[in-house]
Amino acid sequence: MKVTQLSVFAENKPGHILAPCRLLAEAGVDIRALSLADTQRFGILRFIASDWQAASKLLEEAGFLVRATEVLAVEVPDHPGGLAHVLSAFEGSDINIEYMYAFPFAREERAVLVFSFDNPDAAMERLRAAGIAVVERDELFAGIVSR
Amino acid sequence: MLAQTEDCTTPATPAVQPAFQPASAPDYVPRPLLEELQFHRLRAVVERAWQRVPLIRARMDERGIVPDDIRSLGDIARLPFTDKTDLRDTYPFGLFASPMRDIVRLHASSGTTGKPIVVAYTGADLNVWSSVMERAFAVCGLHESDIIQNAYGYGLFTGGLGAHYGAERLGATVIPISGGNTDRQIMVMRDFGVTAVCCTPSYFLHLLDRAGELGVDLRGLPLRAGVFGAEPWTAAMRARIEKMAGIRAFDIYGLSEIIGPGVAIECECQNGLHIFEDHFYPEIVDPETGAPLPEGCEGELVLTTLNKQAMPMIRYRTRDITALMPGPCPCGRTLRRMRRISRRCDDMLIIRGINVFPSQVESVLLEMEGTLPHYRIILTREHGLDQMEVQVEVTARMFSDRVGALETLHDELADAMERVLQLRTRITLVEPRTIPRSEGKSQRVTDRRSS
Repeated sequence: MKVTQLSVFAENKPGHILAPCRLLAEAGVDIRALSLADTQRFGILRFIASDWQAASKLLEEAGFLVRATEVLAVEVPDHPGGLAHVLSAFEGSDINIEYMYAFPFAREERAVLVFSFDNPDAAMERLRAAGIAVVERDELFAGIVSR
Repeated sequence: MLAQTEDCTTPATPAVQPAFQPASAPDYVPRPLLEELQFHRLRAVVERAWQRVPLIRARMDERGIVPDDIRSLGDIARLPFTDKTDLRDTYPFGLFASPMRDIVRLHASSGTTGKPIVVAYTGADLNVWSSVMERAFAVCGLHESDIIQNAYGYGLFTGGLGAHYGAERLGATVIPISGGNTDRQIMVMRDFGVTAVCCTPSYFLHLLDRAGELGVDLRGLPLRAGVFGAEPWTAAMRARIEKMAGIRAFDIYGLSEIIGPGVAIECECQNGLHIFEDHFYPEIVDPETGAPLPEGCEGELVLTTLNKQAMPMIRYRTRDITALMPGPCPCGRTLRRMRRISRRCDDMLIIRGINVFPSQVESVLLEMEGTLPHYRIILTREHGLDQMEVQVEVTARMFSDRVGALETLHDELADAMERVLQLRTRITLVEPRTIPRSEGKSQRVTDRRSS
């Protein structure tokens, strides 16, 4: 399914990633998955939080630039070839991956891949056709809740 | 040396220096004659502007004056001012007093917004321009045996072609190298035996630094003079240039709206710039009220072109702050001097000789983003070369989770800035609310360039 991801703009300077992370930590927001895209000039902190609306509000009120976007979370076996299997679903299509990141799932031996596609609906169709599981939002946070 | 004619029984008069140039003769016209000439030319140029430029006519109508009301030079104060916004409002050709068939050249310089201002020349205007530039070089002691490296930019900027035709008219050997490519400038300077150079003073400092890195000592070269302009510079910069390069460094002044370089030049006394008053009539006014100020008082320089055809400028507000210096110059020229320009009374920035207004930066940001984001201009000098950075606070509208989108935004901003400012700027995207908020526009600029 589509999962809401938050992105925060950060200058590429020491300490600029810490501030938003600390803010979320102090408010008790769980971050399930996180990636930092950086260039020489700036960085984009992307993450999936337990309560994205609350996290977004919190960050915006603190003056951060936040953007909510939909991404696809895909579950794969955490062993060699797992990623290649998923990517092969898009072979021969003109669907473009804008970016992706991976994190280990709460369940054992599984990993979750987070994708941003230029055409998410077409991508979802392809995944379904290939029999690849798209992770539901609740599942994503199941591990945390049970802890 | 002047050639002696057969019937000449006495040697050249003592006032005539060995380096005297026939082109310099108008620099020594006695004041009463000069003022008579100025008056006749003023009458003619006002008549021309009144007849041919609707904006001038409307302004004179408002004041209830006609050209015949100009009965003395002092009556110039009754005429309305012209300023840069007039050029913007009548963009591109609204202040032209000649039909296009008589106009042989157009140049352009920075306006206060995205559009440049356009200036025009007839053949006669170009003749005047090259003659004042020839005289400027002659004042600096240059002559037909000099090899002049012209490192002003060639193009819409008036610096390159203005200096070029003046140097050619002087009979000097011109190297039209234009700006940039410092290593090649140094190679040419050394290999071609260059004796004089024209560029901005800050670029020459950069060239000096680079020559040092390359192990080239300019003091060992034939180079003996530099004609530096297009930006204000300090006495400290002059001292450094003269010592490091072993040359005399002369300040030249001009602006596209009036003609380009060649409005005023320093003589060997290097104490004030002689204004070519037979072509450009100077006044100093209070920048706030526009009231004329007496000689010696510091204020805004106002210039009237006394015989421009294509684009006569009547009482043009230069926004440059200076003073007319009382008393004659020891060099013997009768042309009045103005002090070196130290500052401006508007927010124009001069970066590598290029005029930049913060409002131009704003126009680019507005056009790209729809609304004006908070921004800040930071000027620095790296290796003697001015650098301009524009910090832009990223807004929700600009922000994207995709790196490529932000990179594209960055590149588009940099390209648009370069298109409008004619200057490569460094764009830095910064986090919201990180640029200090302030009331005044000038606070938008942080100038960290020193000497």
